Amino acid sequence: MKRIPGFFAWLFGSVQGHALFFKGITTLLLAAGAVIIMIPLAFMISTSLKDPAQLRTDNNTLIPRKPQTVTIEGESYNLYQVAVDGVTREWAMIKKAPGGMAFFADPARPTEQVQLKLSEQTALFRLDIHWENYAEAVTAMPFLKYLGNTLLVTFVGMAGMLFSSSLVAYGFSRFRARWLNVFFLVLLSTIMLPSQVRLIPLYVFFQNLGWVDSLLPLIVPQFFANAYDVFLLRQFFMSIPLELDDAARIDGANPLQVLLHIILPQARPALVSVGIFHFLYAWNDFYEPLIFLHSRENWTLAVGLQTFDAIYTINTHLVMAVSVLMIVPPILLFFLSQRIFTQGVVISGVKG
Amino acid sequence: MATRFRKPLSLARREALAGYAFIVPWLIGFLVFTVGPMLASLYYSFTDFNIIDPPRWVGLDNYIRVFSGIPEYLMTGDPRQLGDPLFWKSLQVTLYFAALALPLNLLFSFILAVLLNQKVPGVNIWRTIFFLPSIIAGVAVALLWVRILNPKIGILNVFLQDVVGIARPPGWLQDPNWAVPALVIMSLWGVGGSMIIYLAGLQGISTELYDAAKVDGANAWHRFWAVTLPMMTPVLFYNLVLGTIGTFQYFTEVYVATSGTGDPQRATLFYNLYLYQNAFRYFDMGYASTMAWILFVIVLTLTALIFRSSDAWVFYEGQLRGK
Repeated sequence: MKRIPGFFAWLFGSVQGHALFFKGITTLLLAAGAVIIMIPLAFMISTSLKDPAQLRTDNNTLIPRKPQTVTIEGESYNLYQVAVDGVTREWAMIKKAPGGMAFFADPARPTEQVQLKLSEQTALFRLDIHWENYAEAVTAMPFLKYLGNTLLVTFVGMAGMLFSSSLVAYGFSRFRARWLNVFFLVLLSTIMLPSQVRLIPLYVFFQNLGWVDSLLPLIVPQFFANAYDVFLLRQFFMSIPLELDDAARIDGANPLQVLLHIILPQARPALVSVGIFHFLYAWNDFYEPLIFLHSRENWTLAVGLQTFDAIYTINTHLVMAVSVLMIVPPILLFFLSQRIFTQGVVISGVKG
Repeated sequence: MATRFRKPLSLARREALAGYAFIVPWLIGFLVFTVGPMLASLYYSFTDFNIIDPPRWVGLDNYIRVFSGIPEYLMTGDPRQLGDPLFWKSLQVTLYFAALALPLNLLFSFILAVLLNQKVPGVNIWRTIFFLPSIIAGVAVALLWVRILNPKIGILNVFLQDVVGIARPPGWLQDPNWAVPALVIMSLWGVGGSMIIYLAGLQGISTELYDAAKVDGANAWHRFWAVTLPMMTPVLFYNLVLGTIGTFQYFTEVYVATSGTGDPQRATLFYNLYLYQNAFRYFDMGYASTMAWILFVIVLTLTALIFRSSDAWVFYEGQLRGK
């Protein structure tokens, strides 16, 4: 059968040439997109390492840098690359002159000055990285306190969520009863439920318990299973062969033992992936901590960082330093668990 | 009668009881943290409640505040005729954001997924790069973008001025007309989240379908329209539902970008932000509960609408349309 040549095959004379052309275009598009995506991140990191003086000058480049200087007779002058008589030299700029001109001189012979057009000369810079911004930022706010609170909310909540959600997912995946199906539909419907519709009474409820302005409202509900995680775990539990349960049952294991010794070890990838999602949610969550935590010593990093910005907003380098610290754990976690992570997104996204 | 033996529990009954026992944590949580609070907030929505004094029944007052004045507004076009102009403003801001952000997000993430599904060199590195921003959402990202979008010294406007050559680039978050588009740009940075879902969908399409299409002489363009797109509609549909609901919950970015004000000139007063202000700034918990229930009804309606309309254009594999 004769293939009808497409436009590109016609243009490039062969099917291979046309495939190669498409690959080239795709790679170019992806590279351009990747650069655009990475610029904000590069901006965040570079700002966190800059001298605040650089942020306020025209010299606010992506790379943290400052003008190269030279000291002549106790005075500091900026170095420029100047072209004199067709030869490029590194000279000091002694002083500016009217009309966009300036006086330049060889640092070795400062008295022999030459007047040149300033805009035609290139200023020399050197790398200027300020790691101490990080030390300054974490002492300017109670960083460790916020970090401790955030870790507490994240990991105690995660333990509670994993414990309760596996029990419930096990109940929904391995037992037959009339009401279980109904309950499961109810559980699914609560995934879509906007949290605002229960928020205010919950606030009143926690206030009556004396829990408002403590970490408890953020942690305790996690011990009562989360609909979304139950759903994901149940999907995974369903894929574990029933023969394994049966074998354990014949050996006299009760349902709890089956869960502990058969299901959970098999479901490790699913538990890890649900745990990672919980980490990202709890680590980044701003809405609930903002509502439930009032006094400074109870804040999590998200609330602490927002308030830090409200006070220190002109100190962009410090705000960005704390921001970098805040995005490092999720990124590290992502790189350490990339395979499980993407699988998790796939399970939750496509099967949903 | 009294001497009758109690029957030992049947196997089925024991299984049922064990099943119920395992879901007890969720049942308790569902009653205490969902059903109870939902009923309570429905009750609050008919009261005047400032959290210090007990709720005072006011009947439909809160709902009247929302819905009154609509005919007068339609006649005169004067928003001051509305019972609560800010409620409608917040609805307008939210829908405007959704109308801009959702189609753009869909377009970009779908194109990216199609590109990343090709056999190009370094594909795993590209995937990682595009996915990265979506895992670091939250306060840090919003603070970063506030600086990028700064009208005077932000790198976006420096780029627009020096490279693109726009003499007077937009004021972004400081200009009422550009504040919502600025937030849309911010949200598009996280496009990798939906991209990875589309990518998984693309990879789930069986190669047999493509092979069959090739045998029939379909070129790449035809294969995209006849195989890829129909097979992807369930995933597109799923993301559309979640995206719409997500817009009504949009909060952190706009709170951080505007210090919780919804300014300039309330141009970024999102529904959820206005609800928060009513509840936790003005302590008008009754009215905030009314807003929460209206939000609930909106989300329910949207979900139902999208599910209903889906029959017309969503194609599920294995669903055979007999003609």
